[in-house]
Amino acid sequence: MRNPLSDTIVNVKPSGIRKFFDLVSEMKDAISLGVGEPDFDTPWHIRDEGIYSLEKGQTFYTSNAGLKELKEEIADYLKRRVHVEYDPADEIVVTVGGSEGIDIAMRAMLNPGEEVLIPQPSYVSYEPCAILAGGKPVIIELKEENEFRLTAEELLEAITDKTKLLVLPFPNNPTGAIMEKEDLEAVAKVIIEKDIFVLSDEIYSELSYKGEHVSIASLPGMQERTILINGFSKAYAMTGWRLGYACGPQKIIEQMLKIHQFAIMCAPTTSQYAAVEALRNGDGDVVKMREAYDQRRRYLMHAFKEMGLRCFEPYGAFYVFPCIKEFGMTSEEFAGRFLEEEKVAVVPGTAFGDCGEGFLRISYAYSLDNLKIALERLQRFVQHLREERK
Amino acid sequence: MNSKGMVSMREKILTYIERNSRVDLKDLAILLGTDEATIANEIAQMEKEGVICGYHTLIDWDKTGSEKVTALIEVKVTPQRGLGFDKIAERIYNYPEVDSVYLISGGFDFMVTIEGKTMRDVAQFVSDKLSPQESVLSTATHFILKKYKDHGTVMVRQSKDERMLITP
Repeated sequence: MRNPLSDTIVNVKPSGIRKFFDLVSEMKDAISLGVGEPDFDTPWHIRDEGIYSLEKGQTFYTSNAGLKELKEEIADYLKRRVHVEYDPADEIVVTVGGSEGIDIAMRAMLNPGEEVLIPQPSYVSYEPCAILAGGKPVIIELKEENEFRLTAEELLEAITDKTKLLVLPFPNNPTGAIMEKEDLEAVAKVIIEKDIFVLSDEIYSELSYKGEHVSIASLPGMQERTILINGFSKAYAMTGWRLGYACGPQKIIEQMLKIHQFAIMCAPTTSQYAAVEALRNGDGDVVKMREAYDQRRRYLMHAFKEMGLRCFEPYGAFYVFPCIKEFGMTSEEFAGRFLEEEKVAVVPGTAFGDCGEGFLRISYAYSLDNLKIALERLQRFVQHLREERK
Repeated sequence: MNSKGMVSMREKILTYIERNSRVDLKDLAILLGTDEATIANEIAQMEKEGVICGYHTLIDWDKTGSEKVTALIEVKVTPQRGLGFDKIAERIYNYPEVDSVYLISGGFDFMVTIEGKTMRDVAQFVSDKLSPQESVLSTATHFILKKYKDHGTVMVRQSKDERMLITP
């Protein structure tokens, strides 16, 4: 029989997180700090609106780009929250999660061999999506000493004649890093000068703990070269609804919409109706959840300080990214032993790129009681390792 | 919230301890990003001012062996000249078996909740103590059959973490 597979997909590495997931699944009664989704239920009024739409029989396709009223609410929300104006008629496409937006943006923008700059550590799908779109991923390794922000120098150094697109994943999964206005201004200057485009993944925008989130699209001259990705998963605790959106110049959105139309048709209708309610009446829920995350963030940082574990203070998402280099083992070894000896699952930093070596991703999308138990075990484990090394 | 949309430390403390009054002060200081002394002072001050009126435990008595009934009683009254509703309320809330008394809008005047050992206990309170009062015109007693949610806590289900253990 002939080989049924495409070489391109066979050569894509499976997600590094997968291996660890299998390990954790085998471990009975393990507690986890390993999830990348909120611990809150979707607020009831949003769920209720989804149920109501089903009761009314709103079970048909919507238009390809999404419900008109949802696109209008998205435009209104972005104007209100990040001060960027998009025309709901042709500059917004509602997608199946932020992930689809990333995929179709790359497919719409990349020609074979064109380079995509991907700062790492970062979410696992940028690199494979770039490859599948025929592009060439070029990794920029972010540094702990810069609090894992992207600097203009790092960007400049990575740009070649073939560079087309920069992925800007802030607030960042897994580091929790943010880019403040000055940081963005510095990289925007390079982007404009070198005439490249930006895929700004702002899915964690509502989870910023140091002032308001700033979108790079709001800087002068940047909206015309930015695809802004956002969605409902993190802000409204709606991961399972699979709903996000991409906004950008009409010229690019038009082509993205073609891929979306042929591959997906439209985002789930029930989710779209629920999302309208989220944007209309969900601001209070977001504030409440953000405050709860912020409290836990402070608690974790305090606990790390007490146990002498080095960690820069992250101001975004719901992750902290402590450094474990002092123990002289790889992230995977550390995470593996921690799981085996203390039955706590954390994700090795290397799941998010080679430069995540020496770090762990710890999620605080957990109740305080849960975090306390896990932190006690971490404290004990760290102490044990230090004694072992004496 | 003040006019700038900032939440005061007091409000943050109250919001937290309204749901968990047993939180360690040291932990609360870390969670709210301040120091323990500030928290302790604010709480002491709010206790003094009567902002914080007490610390209670939310109990699902149905899960214990003890027999208890709770009733909501709607009470219609005629306010007395010069005394208004407050005096009548006082005559009701002074009974130790009365759990709460609210003055409310709508078709009647007071909502009284009361706890007793048996339905007979409650009935006796209504017929012997509440109804005979001069200003009480009428009462309607509703016995609580099942408590689904109390003080923001759902009593009928345990929440379980349904998420996968590791996700990207």
